[in-house]
Amino acid sequence: MADALSDLGAHIASKAGDALDGYDVAFGELTLEARAGHIVDLVTLLRDDPDYQFICFIDVCGVDYPDRAERFDVVYHLLSPVKNLRIRVRVTTDEETPVPSITGVFPGADWFEREAYDLYGILFSGHHDLRRILTDYGFDGYPLRKDFPLTGFVEVRYDEERKRVVYEPVKLAQEFRDFDYLSPWEGTDYVLPGDEKAN
Amino acid sequence: MTEHDVRTFNINFGPQHPAAHGVLRLVLELDGEVVERVDPHVGLLHRGTEKLIEHKTYLQAVPYFDRLDYVAPMNQEHAFALAVEKLLGIKVPFRGQLIRVLYSEIGRLLSHLLNVTTQAMDVGALTPPLWGFEQREQLMIFYERASGSRMHAAYIRPGGVHQDLPQALIDDIEKFTENFPKAVDDIHGLITDNRIFKQRNADIGVISLEDAWAWGFSGVMVRGSGAAWDLRKNQPYECYDRLDFDIPVGKNGDCYDRYLIRMEEMYQSNRIMKQCIDLLNSPEGQGPVNTTDGKIVPPKRGEMKRSMEALIHHFKLYTEGYRVPAGEVYAAVEAPKGEFGVYLVADGTNKPYRCKIRAPGFAHLSAMDFISRGHLLADVSAILGSLDIVFGEVDR
Repeated sequence: MADALSDLGAHIASKAGDALDGYDVAFGELTLEARAGHIVDLVTLLRDDPDYQFICFIDVCGVDYPDRAERFDVVYHLLSPVKNLRIRVRVTTDEETPVPSITGVFPGADWFEREAYDLYGILFSGHHDLRRILTDYGFDGYPLRKDFPLTGFVEVRYDEERKRVVYEPVKLAQEFRDFDYLSPWEGTDYVLPGDEKAN
Repeated sequence: MTEHDVRTFNINFGPQHPAAHGVLRLVLELDGEVVERVDPHVGLLHRGTEKLIEHKTYLQAVPYFDRLDYVAPMNQEHAFALAVEKLLGIKVPFRGQLIRVLYSEIGRLLSHLLNVTTQAMDVGALTPPLWGFEQREQLMIFYERASGSRMHAAYIRPGGVHQDLPQALIDDIEKFTENFPKAVDDIHGLITDNRIFKQRNADIGVISLEDAWAWGFSGVMVRGSGAAWDLRKNQPYECYDRLDFDIPVGKNGDCYDRYLIRMEEMYQSNRIMKQCIDLLNSPEGQGPVNTTDGKIVPPKRGEMKRSMEALIHHFKLYTEGYRVPAGEVYAAVEAPKGEFGVYLVADGTNKPYRCKIRAPGFAHLSAMDFISRGHLLADVSAILGSLDIVFGEVDR
């Protein structure tokens, strides 16, 4: 299985040329590392080439790695029902550089790209209607970024006096607690209290 | 022609509308009664599930999956469990697999019963939901007897299932499977040949197979358009490859075909459940329901009282949790509504780095504008009913 997937990866790499930076097989899944500028050509190739026929669009999503220069991964999942194969394509981008939209190839990518824009602020060029989708009307910020707090910034309630819903800064009755349960024997990358005396 | 004659007008369908199947706001642009454009506004039920999961351990993430498609909760848990197990490289014992399949099929019945009967309600019939809910009630009691909860089960967990089924419950499910086909027959008699139901659904919302793939459809939506595609057959997980069942396929790709497929899938699910029960009662189906090395699944309470090692495992698993090796996987199950996938990125700690939930309903609803254009206003609710939308999973 893994051999067949690496063969497929090599085959795609030979056809796609410089659209691809490499490929990787892990956990029985094939991942293509692509260049953002060529993503439309690549998914068109994957869809139309009779050897692949990845005609079924599955998913587009973002992943955030704030420490990297290009902090976002944009991950595409495609399915080939004819060959019974799945594939993952990954490109990277930052907060300002748009990724070409693949809605021209797969109309189903429309909402998934809107979602990635809504939750991460990833921009897609050529998308006909890049609006927010899941968050509230008038929402500010990109909630799935790692630097966005879990509790958010605003809370809403119905105000009886003003007879409308009002937005207020979040007030926590108790400080948000994020316990660190990682085992101190193997997990922490910081010095445990008291351990500094050991040296 | 005066300006008055060409004016289209907008109406808001929902967010509070019985045929919207939850909190959907559709902004419809109408020319007379003909739909010119549909703009679905979703997200009114957005709870930030994916963000919350990033802040919880792998075990704590399980209950969030019940709250996605709350009509068939265990199917979602199953996808997450499969993803985590793929990363951990563990295999669930056969009895655990059987119980998972049994309850996944119960979930399919729960979902299809709700969908076909409320779809009938969307087009004007009142009785079918009452008949369907009678069966759903029995199934939810099976959920409760296995997990302690009628809906939010948290029963299928990475490594297996929470606990073994009592024999009395297996016997009662067996009795249910004997009577259930009769109940589906009754619903058939009530709806299938009903003239109004046919008029409202046949040739409505026709989708070609090519479009269905390109829009990211899955499950009943592609089978209705003629593809014999079912993850249980094509990419079998658990013990589905050992079970005998058929995949119904539609010809016309309209709402009526999708209804018929759901009806037939109920018979097929019933068949699968029967086989699971036979296997659960056979010698092969005995044994543990969880992985037994104690590193993923916590020990039972009784064992904890006697064994120091079990106590340590219990403590570690409920505080730190287990660590999942770094990597990324995509695992999908054939949920009642289509392909429910979980894309999981692990960074080697006890919490997921990223957990993208690929809900079938999200892709289906995104095509609402494409399917509904040119249809009449009254068809919108029929199309919406046949897409089988649940907002828990669309909005996440």
